[in-house]
Amino acid sequence: MFQPLQMNSNPRHHNTGEVGIVYKAAGEDTATLQFTGVWVQGAAVAKPVGTVIAELGSGQRLCRVLLQTHDLTEWDSRLPAYLVQIVDWCQQKGIPVDVSGLPEGVQGLLTLARAVPERGGARRSERGASMLAEVGKTVLHGLKDAKGLVYFIGEAILAVVAFLRGKARFRPVDLVLCIQDAGPSALGIVTLISLLVGLILAFVGAVQLSMFGAQIYIADLVGLGTVREMGALMTAVIMSGRTGAAYAAQLGTMNVNSEIDALKTMGISPVEFLVLPRILALVLMMPLLALYADLMGIIGGALVTVSVFDVSLIQYYNETRRAVHLHDFGIGIGKSLVFAMLIAVAGCRRGMQCGRSASAVGDAATAAVVNSIVYIVVADSLITLICSRLGI
Amino acid sequence: MAYGDFLIQQNLNFTIDRGDVFIIMGGSGCGKSTLLKTLIGLQPPAKGDVFYEAQNFWKTDADERVLIMRRIGVLYQSGALFSSLTLSENIALPLAEFTGMGRAEIQGIVSYKLSLVGLAGFEDYYPAEISGGMQKRAGLARAMAMDPEILFFDEPSAGLDPVSARLLDDLIINLRDTLGTTIVVVTHELASIFAIGNNSVFLDPETKTMLATGPPKTLLAESADPKIIQFLTRGERNVK
Repeated sequence: MFQPLQMNSNPRHHNTGEVGIVYKAAGEDTATLQFTGVWVQGAAVAKPVGTVIAELGSGQRLCRVLLQTHDLTEWDSRLPAYLVQIVDWCQQKGIPVDVSGLPEGVQGLLTLARAVPERGGARRSERGASMLAEVGKTVLHGLKDAKGLVYFIGEAILAVVAFLRGKARFRPVDLVLCIQDAGPSALGIVTLISLLVGLILAFVGAVQLSMFGAQIYIADLVGLGTVREMGALMTAVIMSGRTGAAYAAQLGTMNVNSEIDALKTMGISPVEFLVLPRILALVLMMPLLALYADLMGIIGGALVTVSVFDVSLIQYYNETRRAVHLHDFGIGIGKSLVFAMLIAVAGCRRGMQCGRSASAVGDAATAAVVNSIVYIVVADSLITLICSRLGI
Repeated sequence: MAYGDFLIQQNLNFTIDRGDVFIIMGGSGCGKSTLLKTLIGLQPPAKGDVFYEAQNFWKTDADERVLIMRRIGVLYQSGALFSSLTLSENIALPLAEFTGMGRAEIQGIVSYKLSLVGLAGFEDYYPAEISGGMQKRAGLARAMAMDPEILFFDEPSAGLDPVSARLLDDLIINLRDTLGTTIVVVTHELASIFAIGNNSVFLDPETKTMLATGPPKTLLAESADPKIIQFLTRGERNVK
């Protein structure tokens, strides 16, 4: 009586896990699905469940679906996971399903899986958003982000004011640790980078200047370039990658671990307790690091000029002294102060506003570095523009 | 209470009396922890008020709120110890910030609080060096450091072995009886609910509101709500 719709080419071939025979009673309204073979995760399955459902749906309307097993040698959760989709489909269509032909264990698992109905609205993929909605969401998110930044800067300023009035609550030992971390510990990397930047500047300038026999002016180029620009800028870039990211990660982890909540409920302002020492440490240390970077850059330039381009060390020294004025140092150090605040604010803010997962901490560290480098470059352009307008 | 547009709980109205051991209970995801955040000053309610005595907690200005918050202690689910400080520094922090006591006296209090939670001798350990249950007990020692008037516990017995959980229950009762501390516990641990709770509120995730308030034993004996009975009997008495 039963007409096989499609049959396994080799129903005895159990070990490869070939399975699933769909019978549909010809001229009748009952479909019988028989499961045979090995139903184990990892074994091959003859037919995807979607195809079986499509076959059930094609043709005349069904009044009953029978699920049964025959020669089922082995099974695990793969079988109930497969069956549950068929049962769900039948239920949607209002077709009664008879599971009494299944092993007891499978029946039990099916009942268990369907015991708690899916919570409405819990599924996320269903809410597909249009392009316009996405754009709107991005803009709103950007606005919220900007508002968060303004909020944070306000809180940081209040904390600094409280500090100046001697009322800020933080542990002095934390400030010392932050200073140690943002200052002396960074000397190695600052030395290396500044020295090399000085070398590079000297080489780049020398190629042009030596064409006119004007090698001595390498000293001017390196001196001014380092003191006014590169010293502060390179230190800032190093510190945003080194200290800014560390701030974001430290505070972010504390947030994940509810430590910041704990501070709040103790009645201690986390901005005063955690952010203030970090901002102070960077603001105190960055100008010193920039000054040190200037020295290293000039030494780097001197190394190249003296060893390759036949300029004596005394000549180089005198030329640098002639070219670089005190106000040039002022500009470099002023810049580094601004950069220090930007890095500390970007790093701490990303940490404080970090989400509560491991990946959120990583995102916070990344965002801290990206933000601070953007802030630094924008601020540097502005300051350079203002200086050139003012003629200093 | 809501997260953005997502409503969590509404129409909550209950009173916690001085000296109560008050249980906030309900199934997972019903908003117990969010309610706790609103009570301890971490998340403002979308609507409504929280009163501490006559003071409107969320409508009063921020400085006043901080003063109220200093009168409470909180034990977080994870312990939330400051990971860069040793246990003794963790507990000493609020004492050093808010009292004018000298170092030696603070150390004495720290050791005493640690011995209360069974961690005598662990002063110089960092939180990462001790087990989860010990971190939790150290967190309790820190929450008790300032002898708060109200102590909040977020899932205190989660992650504790049965014996430690029982010790914690005893400690809670002891604190209430000796210091008169009011205690608010967020939990779904039935043993604790009946052992220590003398008042409670039951939150339901489906109707998004509280179903009942009252002593847990009374709720079990008198409530007609099948959800409450099912919860309080671990589903063994299935009232239809």
